[in-house]
Amino acid sequence: MATASRTDKSFQPGKSAAHPMVLAAWLRRRYFRTPLNSAISLLGMAFLLFLAYHALQWAVVQAVWISPDGTSAVCRGISGACWAVIQQRWRIIIFGLFPYDEQWRSMFACLVMVATIILSCVPFFWKPLRLSLLWSGGFLLFYALMRGGVFGMPLVQPADWGGLTLTVFLYAAGVLIGMPMAIAMALARRSEMPLVSKMTGGLIDGVRSLPLITILFTAALIFPFVLPGWLQGDKIWRVIIGFALFFAAYQAEIIRSGLQSIPVGQEEAAKALGLTYWQRTSRIMLPQAFRNALPPTINQLVITFKETSLIVIIGFFEILASGNAAYGTGEWSFAYFEVYIFVALVYFAFVFSLSRYGAYLERRMRFGQH
Amino acid sequence: MQIFRNRKTRNTVLQVAFLAFVALVIFGAVHEASTKLAAQGMTSGFDFLQKTTGFRIGFSLVPFDPFENYLKMIWVGVLNTIFLGILSIILANIVGLIIAVFRISSNGVLNDIGTLYIEAFRNVPLILQALFWYATLTHLPPPKQAYSLFDSIYLSTRGVFVPSLNVEGQWFAAVALVMIIGLSVLAWFSLSRRYQRVKHRRALQIGLLALTLAIMVGLLLYAREPGSPLISVPELKGLNFRGGITIPPELSALAIATAIYGGAYIAEVIRAGFLSVGKGQVEAARALGLSPWHVFSRVHLPLAIRAVLPTLINQYVWLFKATTLGIVVGFADFFSVISVSINQSGQTLELIAILMAGFLIMNNTLSFVLNRVNKAIALKGTQLRT
Repeated sequence: MATASRTDKSFQPGKSAAHPMVLAAWLRRRYFRTPLNSAISLLGMAFLLFLAYHALQWAVVQAVWISPDGTSAVCRGISGACWAVIQQRWRIIIFGLFPYDEQWRSMFACLVMVATIILSCVPFFWKPLRLSLLWSGGFLLFYALMRGGVFGMPLVQPADWGGLTLTVFLYAAGVLIGMPMAIAMALARRSEMPLVSKMTGGLIDGVRSLPLITILFTAALIFPFVLPGWLQGDKIWRVIIGFALFFAAYQAEIIRSGLQSIPVGQEEAAKALGLTYWQRTSRIMLPQAFRNALPPTINQLVITFKETSLIVIIGFFEILASGNAAYGTGEWSFAYFEVYIFVALVYFAFVFSLSRYGAYLERRMRFGQH
Repeated sequence: MQIFRNRKTRNTVLQVAFLAFVALVIFGAVHEASTKLAAQGMTSGFDFLQKTTGFRIGFSLVPFDPFENYLKMIWVGVLNTIFLGILSIILANIVGLIIAVFRISSNGVLNDIGTLYIEAFRNVPLILQALFWYATLTHLPPPKQAYSLFDSIYLSTRGVFVPSLNVEGQWFAAVALVMIIGLSVLAWFSLSRRYQRVKHRRALQIGLLALTLAIMVGLLLYAREPGSPLISVPELKGLNFRGGITIPPELSALAIATAIYGGAYIAEVIRAGFLSVGKGQVEAARALGLSPWHVFSRVHLPLAIRAVLPTLINQYVWLFKATTLGIVVGFADFFSVISVSINQSGQTLELIAILMAGFLIMNNTLSFVLNRVNKAIALKGTQLRT
């Protein structure tokens, strides 16, 4: 059974489609090997076709795309999707409550952040200096565009940020702050000083056994109590710190596992050469640890993107909340289905491409190592 | 600076400095909090737990009315969280096993359906799926036009109505307890190596099962309200249904969403387990003439589950934490009960402490129990073959 499926995977329809015989053989092996198999295949195909037909009918053929007068009147009594709700309300989904005249800034900021994320996937930027320059540049540009108050752009307080841009911002800020925290926590947990490693271990395990919403909730509610006024900052930063802490606790364990998978000889050789702790850590240990821990790191980054949606619980207007608001008016309340599908597609686009990229990296790494 | 040349001294000094820093941060935080509380005239302490809440809860496993105190309300929340968590883990496991079997089957179409399912549902946040199902369930028709299955199960905007037994809640709990105890004893008896060679093993197993069933039925018959039929079927009376059990849309939305989302993750874990089973094991089983079903259920599945149980346990603990989304749909789980209490009583610090402690206890208990199970059934020594 296992051999059959493995040979299936090695066949690439795109390359060999020129040979109809090969294609037919592949089809037979994959779908019609035994009578029972053929029956299951036919049933399954019928089911898939049925689903696809109805999905297509609903989403495309019978759908209404545009509302000419801005009301939901065009969608009364149709049996397809009412995409007019997206056409009418997409601004609130993408930009949230950002002032109408300034929404171009939100759009550019979002594009800057997405471009930064995409650029950091290019091997050219995989040097600590280049990566940190790219991210600080991208982040500053994003922040300047969103907050305004410079170059004659009116000031927009973070409380008014929203939609997709806020989601992307939370994600980038959380990861950006969380990654150094994670490295520090991983190193502290491996420290030879028992007090430091025990306490860090306790913190990491404690955070990991709490759900993210309790951490965010605590960050939003407790920080105002325990921090003096000059340290508090805006509510959004308190939440980002909580989010970063949560990411860091998980990422620290991933980095630690990466560190542990390095052969002991590496560190001993570095010690024998007389390198100091920081030289060993930054030149020998961490680069190899990140390389070893790349697949779980990408996986964690993917999960973290999905988890930004929990911010909605403590009252931020990110894309899920703005989606709720988009159909929350009496006019469009029937169109919840279309709005959720749209928001789900936005998440899907981000998460799916990230995880595909992760799979590509894994393949690429396997070629590098023997 | 000569002191710092000595590794031991240096480490001690650094640790003392670290400890002093942590102590300073904690002291500063406590000091700041107590000054702020004093300025607001708030009393700290846990006395407020005895006050009445005046809050109504939609779904609870134990009866709760607005005149009861905060402690009871938090207890209701804890029970709801545990109930939903365990329900979700069981459902997600069933979904995950089915999808995993699809993914490893030799049939191409089943593979494709499995892959489609996983890519579609794993890449969308759980909270979005929960909201989606909640919106869908609350947009069902009102009770008068409810969809019905066999005239006994009704789907309506007020929830799903299913037939139930005419017994009180605590008797239900007792019956469930008997069932769990009976099944655990049975599983222990069947799996434990100590009783592997007992005479009349099969007869003893059947006897145990029959005894459990007998006690359950007896309890139910005894607890039935006199003069009423044993089974209560929901009936439309006026604007709503009477009789049977109502599954509120909040609970079903969360359970469906976690079953679908968690199932996608669990399927991938189980699939990895199936792929890790040595080819020789399956081939040997087939060579011995076992039927395909026996090869699957007696050789392939047990080995696969044992191989991935540690990963699976992590997934369960993670899923249990992920189900605390009650607040977005209005299900009274532990987190949302604490959040309501904070809004009403203003005792933020105490309630957050309860929240943290509660989750730490629940999660660590869960992972402790599951790890014991793992240790008990893990492959040992010569059983590890490929």
